[in-house]
Amino acid sequence: MKKNNTRRSFLKNVSIASLSAVALTGCSLKELDQFFQKNFRTLSKKEVDQIIKDLKVEYKEKYGKEFHVSTKPATEGILFGYALDLSRCIGCRRCVYACVNENNQSRDPQIHWIEVLQMEKEKGIDFAHSDAYYNPVKVPEKGHFYVPVQCQQCKNPPCTKVCPVKATWTEPDGIVVVDYNWCIGCRYCMAACPYGARHFNWGDPEVPAEEINTEVHYLGNRPRMKGVVEKCTFCIQRVRDGRYPACVEICPVGARKFGNLLDPESEVRYILENKRVLVLKQELNTQPKFYYFFGV
Amino acid sequence: MDFIRFIAGSVKIIFQGSKTYYAWLLFLLLLILWGGLGYSTQLNEGLIKTHMRDSVSWAFYIGNFTFLVGVAAAAVMLVIPAYVYNWKPIKEIVIFGELLAVCAVIMCISFIIVDIGKPMRFWHMLPLLGTMNFPSSMLSWDFFVLLTYLLINLVVVIHLLYRLFYKKEYNKKLVITLVFISIPMAVAIHTTTAFLYNALPARPFWNSALLAPRFLASAFCSGPAILIILFQLLGKFTKFEIKKEAIWTIAELMVYAMFIYLFFTIAELFKEFYSDTEHLLYWKYLLFGIGDNKEIVFYSWSSIIMGFIAFVLFLIPKTRKNFVTLNIGAILIYFSVLVEKGIALIIPGFTPDTLGQIYVYTPSMTEIRTAVMIFSLGFLLFTFIVKVAIAIMFEDYNIDVINKKARIADRKAQPSTN
Amino acid sequence: MKNENHIRIKIPLQYITLILVLVWGWGCNNKEKAYNQRLIKNKVSEETNKPEEYAVEAPPFSEGIYPCNDCHSEIVPNPDKRELVDMHDDISAMFNHDRKNRWCLDCHDMNNRDSLRLASGKLIAFEESYKLCGQCHGEKLRDWKVGVHGKRTGEWNGKKEYLLCVHCHNPHAPKFKELTPEPPPIRQEKIQQPLLN
Repeated sequence: MKKNNTRRSFLKNVSIASLSAVALTGCSLKELDQFFQKNFRTLSKKEVDQIIKDLKVEYKEKYGKEFHVSTKPATEGILFGYALDLSRCIGCRRCVYACVNENNQSRDPQIHWIEVLQMEKEKGIDFAHSDAYYNPVKVPEKGHFYVPVQCQQCKNPPCTKVCPVKATWTEPDGIVVVDYNWCIGCRYCMAACPYGARHFNWGDPEVPAEEINTEVHYLGNRPRMKGVVEKCTFCIQRVRDGRYPACVEICPVGARKFGNLLDPESEVRYILENKRVLVLKQELNTQPKFYYFFGV
Repeated sequence: MDFIRFIAGSVKIIFQGSKTYYAWLLFLLLLILWGGLGYSTQLNEGLIKTHMRDSVSWAFYIGNFTFLVGVAAAAVMLVIPAYVYNWKPIKEIVIFGELLAVCAVIMCISFIIVDIGKPMRFWHMLPLLGTMNFPSSMLSWDFFVLLTYLLINLVVVIHLLYRLFYKKEYNKKLVITLVFISIPMAVAIHTTTAFLYNALPARPFWNSALLAPRFLASAFCSGPAILIILFQLLGKFTKFEIKKEAIWTIAELMVYAMFIYLFFTIAELFKEFYSDTEHLLYWKYLLFGIGDNKEIVFYSWSSIIMGFIAFVLFLIPKTRKNFVTLNIGAILIYFSVLVEKGIALIIPGFTPDTLGQIYVYTPSMTEIRTAVMIFSLGFLLFTFIVKVAIAIMFEDYNIDVINKKARIADRKAQPSTN
Repeated sequence: MKNENHIRIKIPLQYITLILVLVWGWGCNNKEKAYNQRLIKNKVSEETNKPEEYAVEAPPFSEGIYPCNDCHSEIVPNPDKRELVDMHDDISAMFNHDRKNRWCLDCHDMNNRDSLRLASGKLIAFEESYKLCGQCHGEKLRDWKVGVHGKRTGEWNGKKEYLLCVHCHNPHAPKFKELTPEPPPIRQEKIQQPLLN
């Protein structure tokens, strides 16, 4: 009898203590809600709507602007593909900065989703001898060509395989996305990506309020936070509305092509059927949906 | 209730000790404080306080984690030869091995917590509550296997000490089953950790099939080294008795492990240097540097030299049986594997990075301080639980002692009842 | 007696818990599968890749240069191949489009300067200048028509607007001029937490 009493009182004391500990941490109910938010794919529509509402309030507070946060899903019959003409790219990096502006990438610490590599024509595609930090007065430099690299949106992505929490996955229209509210920041996906396409918010990302893009997608370019991984999403906020990604639109030489791989009339299909395409690091069997070709 | 008295009794022991003991505790506490302050800046500003960047996204923390998994595995592996060679203090060997394993696993988990970007979101990794990516992600496997290993070791150790404390017989079936499970689990944790690296075709430096065997061999070199030194210390300061021959046998087993490790490394070097593909770049960076970037050449060669000297010391029977050279060898091999796992394994995997660019990584002060904090905490915890274990196993510290003290205290409080 | 009751209650509870746990886990897994089924049904799209109808952006005339006939309706055409020294001398000086064999009136119609002329003599508007370029650069024209060469803006699955050849290539000196590159990325060694102001 005595034993039971002491056990009961012990349990009572422990539960009171832990509840008060939680209360004392000073978390508001909203913060607790956010903390317990589940993986995006398991949320109901109501939960998603509430999350979007809270996000809009948060962004308004931080940046002073009205955001439009989309959660538009994929459309069936669409598989996005990309083609880049290596004979045309002059390495001007306008795509890099168009992407930075469109996708609200941190200016300081700097994050670029697109990395342009300068290579020698004589050596061909040779990463070991490439240079990402070229800075001549004018481009293209004689004897060199340029290979911009961003997320290849692989059909067999090594990154989604290794994520321990399923925070990154391939959407039905082929875009590999990250749920920033679920990512734990372990960076296993960054070790797994053969293209260096994933980037980590080592510090608090900083985007000036006057440059922020308010048309965002939950899985795409909404403002991120410290400690999570991000990457190119083929401008999911644009392409699901029928627009071209920002890099395609800004390229001054028209080296970038984009479309629906399942549409036999699209330009990417034309390229696949008529040009000689190659993919980077083919031997790794990642099956990228980002193809490189030589138009001339 | 009994359990709480056991815990209370154990805590009492922790606060009893000689001046040396307290000096050691103070030293560790100072290190923990210094390290903890360093870690707090990382908590505030994020992982940008480390020197990890996109190109080298795993470094010092994960390297130490890998090394400690090896220590945790090897500690328990010693149970096999203890059983096979029928060493008398096998129970004590099992307990100390598992105590070391428990501490090492707790240190491993600490290193993971300080490394991930959002540590409070760890629950996302749990099945049911979160979305565990099992069986696809090797990290999920590692998480699951490490926790199971920790639980098994904790249960065995606490059960044995608890029963000893209450002067009761331990549940043979439970303990022997769990110990037998913990041995393949020890192999499993280190193999899973090796597979973590092995699973990445993007990193050719790690994509070799020999990686997991090399891990196990190096674990078998370094883990028993700690236990050799520990057993000698215990033999000197407590009633713990272990035959010299047993220690020599452990050293012999380490020689086999070192030889296998050496052979595997030579096999890797031959394949890379003879084939002379682009994948050789990573080994070149490790051993000779690329261009002007020679930052880790010092570490890789010191690891190799220390390991080689230890191998020779252990190989020659004369130096193996001489306890001075034996201990020097043990310390050398420990640090050799520490440097190898901490730096020489991780950094060349990322240098040059996937797009051929080189980012020069050296640990930042924050990383060093955080690592010091975790190691000191681990040593502190190990000191405490070893002290409790010694008291219960060798100094007859048990429930009678507590009851006697309570009765004496009672009698003092009530002066004249009779 | 007490013990028996204890056990009898315990076992079913364990099984019930196990079943509940498994069902919950299965439910979560199903949620992810259900997520992939939540697609927008496809609408019939309109690709405007039909030949002969290309919505192009306005030709990049210099200010005030068009309509050409404002001046040329009064001027008597001179069919001799020569360097221009009066009006359009700037173009003549930088002209670098098969300079050995071609000159102005190969492309510009002699009698109607508001039009371009094909080899057959057929007149085409400046908005259709791609047809002219395509006579010699047929492969480029084929690629341009499907959007593989050159640039199109608009919607990847809908209306598109083409840029003419001349929007990127000056017809008188078509070689691409070099551009000033945007700055390179900051070296990762230099990336640090920004100092708080």
